[in-house]
Amino acid sequence: QVSAALKEGHVTPTELCQRCLALIKSTKFLNAYITVVEETALKQAEESEKRYRTGQPLGVLDGIPIAVKDNFSTAGIETTCASEMLKGYIPPYSATVVQKLLDQGAVLLGKTNLDEFAMGSGSTDGVFGPVRNPWSYSRQYKEKSVPKSHPEDEDSNWVIAGGSSGGSAAAVSSFTCFAALGSDTGGSTRNPAAHCGVVGLKPTYGLISRHGLIPLVNSMDVPGILTRCVDDAAVVLGSLAGHDPKDSTTIQDNFKPFELPNLIDVSKLSIGIPKEYHAPGLSSEILALWSKAADLFKNAGANVIEVSLPHTHYSIVCYHVLCTAEVASNMARFDGLEYGHRSDMNKSTESMYAATRREGFNDVVRGRILSGNYFLLKQ
Amino acid sequence: AVRGCGGVWRRVWQCGAGGSASRGQCAAAGSARGAVVPAGKSGLAPWVPVVGLEIHAQISSNSKLFSGSQVQFAAPPNSVVSFFDASLPGTLPVINRRCVEAAVMTGLALNCSINKRSLFDRKHYFYADLPAGYQITQQRVPIAVNGTLSYSLCTDHKMSQMVTKTVRIKQIQLEQDSGKSLHDDSRSQTLVDLNRAGVGLMEVVMEPDMCCGKEAAAAVRELQLILQTLGSSHAVMAEGQLRVDANVSVHHPGEPYGVRTEVKNINSLRFLAKAVDYEIQRQTEELENGGTILNETRAFDSKLGCTVPMRDKEGKQDYRFMPEPNLPPLILYDTKSLPANINHQQVVNIDRIHERLPDLPSVKRAKLVEQYGILPEHSFTLLNEDGLTEFFESVVKRTQMKPKKVIGWILNDLLSYLNQHSLTVKESPVNSSMLANLLNLLEKKEISSTAAKQVLGELWKGEGKTPLEIVKEKKLELIQDQEALEQICQAVIDGQKNE
Repeated sequence: QVSAALKEGHVTPTELCQRCLALIKSTKFLNAYITVVEETALKQAEESEKRYRTGQPLGVLDGIPIAVKDNFSTAGIETTCASEMLKGYIPPYSATVVQKLLDQGAVLLGKTNLDEFAMGSGSTDGVFGPVRNPWSYSRQYKEKSVPKSHPEDEDSNWVIAGGSSGGSAAAVSSFTCFAALGSDTGGSTRNPAAHCGVVGLKPTYGLISRHGLIPLVNSMDVPGILTRCVDDAAVVLGSLAGHDPKDSTTIQDNFKPFELPNLIDVSKLSIGIPKEYHAPGLSSEILALWSKAADLFKNAGANVIEVSLPHTHYSIVCYHVLCTAEVASNMARFDGLEYGHRSDMNKSTESMYAATRREGFNDVVRGRILSGNYFLLKQ
Repeated sequence: AVRGCGGVWRRVWQCGAGGSASRGQCAAAGSARGAVVPAGKSGLAPWVPVVGLEIHAQISSNSKLFSGSQVQFAAPPNSVVSFFDASLPGTLPVINRRCVEAAVMTGLALNCSINKRSLFDRKHYFYADLPAGYQITQQRVPIAVNGTLSYSLCTDHKMSQMVTKTVRIKQIQLEQDSGKSLHDDSRSQTLVDLNRAGVGLMEVVMEPDMCCGKEAAAAVRELQLILQTLGSSHAVMAEGQLRVDANVSVHHPGEPYGVRTEVKNINSLRFLAKAVDYEIQRQTEELENGGTILNETRAFDSKLGCTVPMRDKEGKQDYRFMPEPNLPPLILYDTKSLPANINHQQVVNIDRIHERLPDLPSVKRAKLVEQYGILPEHSFTLLNEDGLTEFFESVVKRTQMKPKKVIGWILNDLLSYLNQHSLTVKESPVNSSMLANLLNLLEKKEISSTAAKQVLGELWKGEGKTPLEIVKEKKLELIQDQEALEQICQAVIDGQKNE
């Protein structure tokens, strides 16, 4: 819709950009953004405006304000991964997905907050503090919560945004941008999307380039897409998917962007409801919503059946072993030698490495590295 | 480089048939390879040395194994380092096709089976010249396995007897080279240069089929020639393009192998032979004195001529191997398995590479012997010296003298002069046409062979005179005129009479 509005001239990219920037400022308490690049964003908006005026926009995304999770490399813009280790690190190159969006004319507003190095599911463990769910300030939540006795506690009455792409989810949910990039390894895009009431899409591994995405688990990471509606997600997916020679794990086949049809016929779809997912301790509210979603499909004519995924209860354990092993490996490069934080300790290379890594990583990261190395050891 | 084979170094003993040694005769019995260190002073059973090698050859390619930065020797520090080489977060490896082809060529030349599906792994350790904290290598399934290398040794100093040996090639794997670190102890700092980080290496693993420094050096020399012929590596040891780690142990015949030590980063054939021989001697003495051998890593101190334990490498390292998740399995094809609709630029076809293999050194030597009627030892020397074969063939082409005679001038006169003055064939002041001219004068009996040697002596001075000019200048022509000769003889006889 906003794309159409830009085309028609109802609103200009600059106006759009300015409004988003203003909204970001007024919602600073959400702590969704680590870095806001006001100047470059306005410049990009200006360029976009020129293109619209001459009737030559680059595409649907031209002039659309977006935000990018702070674990994507952005040339010339600080990329921290919410860690002391990379505070002040300014990459000399941009991630492929970021470049693709910029090449389409999207306006990059800033980098969003996350759990340190994308390790977490609450966006609470980054060095810049936690992200607050915009819904903390909604009427529904305020009505539900018990009023606090002291006025200061009012400020602490907020709920988490989910993680690890909490900042991106909160940014989209609070209308400060129209789409945001997150990353998803074990739910890090879908989780905060659910928490913040927006659409979170985890594309199939190999569909979208990971070049420039600072990795957590190379064999599971994917760039995630957060939007306010499903059609938007399809549009963004269409502009990002496809083989990237810089990422050897992307599929070589040609990708054809698609558009979602207006009328969706689900009568040929089979929806499986894994019975093992009905785990003990599932809240009644979630159970009700789950049933509601299943009924929606059933009533629309889909074939809704129960299926069994018998290894489900092994999945989280397997995930942890694989994840920590890869994390231990991927974090090995952070030694303070070439970039990022370097400790003042300089008695020996080993002691410098040790001090740098102790100072640069939080407990979660260090814990995973230790576990991962343990799993990787032969003896 | 080794200038011909045969005793440049002093050895304590000799392996193989025959030969004398300052430590007494080697018994031919004792092991299948016939290599034995004679019993020591305590009169115990003889020791059998066992030598295996891991050779790292830098691939000759424009860019590195997994990134687009250039491969450039002696470039200004940190000037050919890509984002990936510097381990910037978010960068990913992309395999270099040329490096794969180089490894396949080398595997085929060494009679290996090429694995159509090979895998990449991460080998983790922390070191300043390894930015990512891990090296990408092929530990589980390398690109080539189970090959052989044949090499020859001279069994005496005169180079008249050559014996052929083989060593099994366990595998060839593709892996990244590390950067370089220079330890500046005076300022308590380490300087790191990442130019070399990420350069493609082929690690050739030779099974412990060798028994002494001479065999090890000969095997490596042959591998070097093969690599240079293929063009897969320049293999210049002085430039670090070929580095050897030697695994050495000793045991009594019939008993299991002893504890081995690894001598790392040997960068010349001479040092290789010395290091291996020293290590064999050290271990033998240690064991004879009732000591034990530590499974340790050592370095070769070229000044002292001995091996010393390496500081940083005590104890066994656990490299925490893990599959490299950013690289899918490397798939190679042959003509049979090649899919129909594939882009030929995107795949590596083993059969095509096989077809385009050049003549290997062993084939070249055989051809030289057959074509020119020279001895096998001669062919070895010709190939051993860079450019000498071309020089020889060029002279043969331009002269009527038989190749069997030409070879003598090449190996005895030309080569010894070059050796004396430490010159390469390229730097020779005498070129092939000059030598050919000279030999023609000799063939036509216009000068004697003594005169020819004299002319050659003048030619070395490089004053630009032709052989004919020198002959005329020094009046070295053979007198053909019968009458003139008789007059001279008569004059000499008359002269004698007067005394």
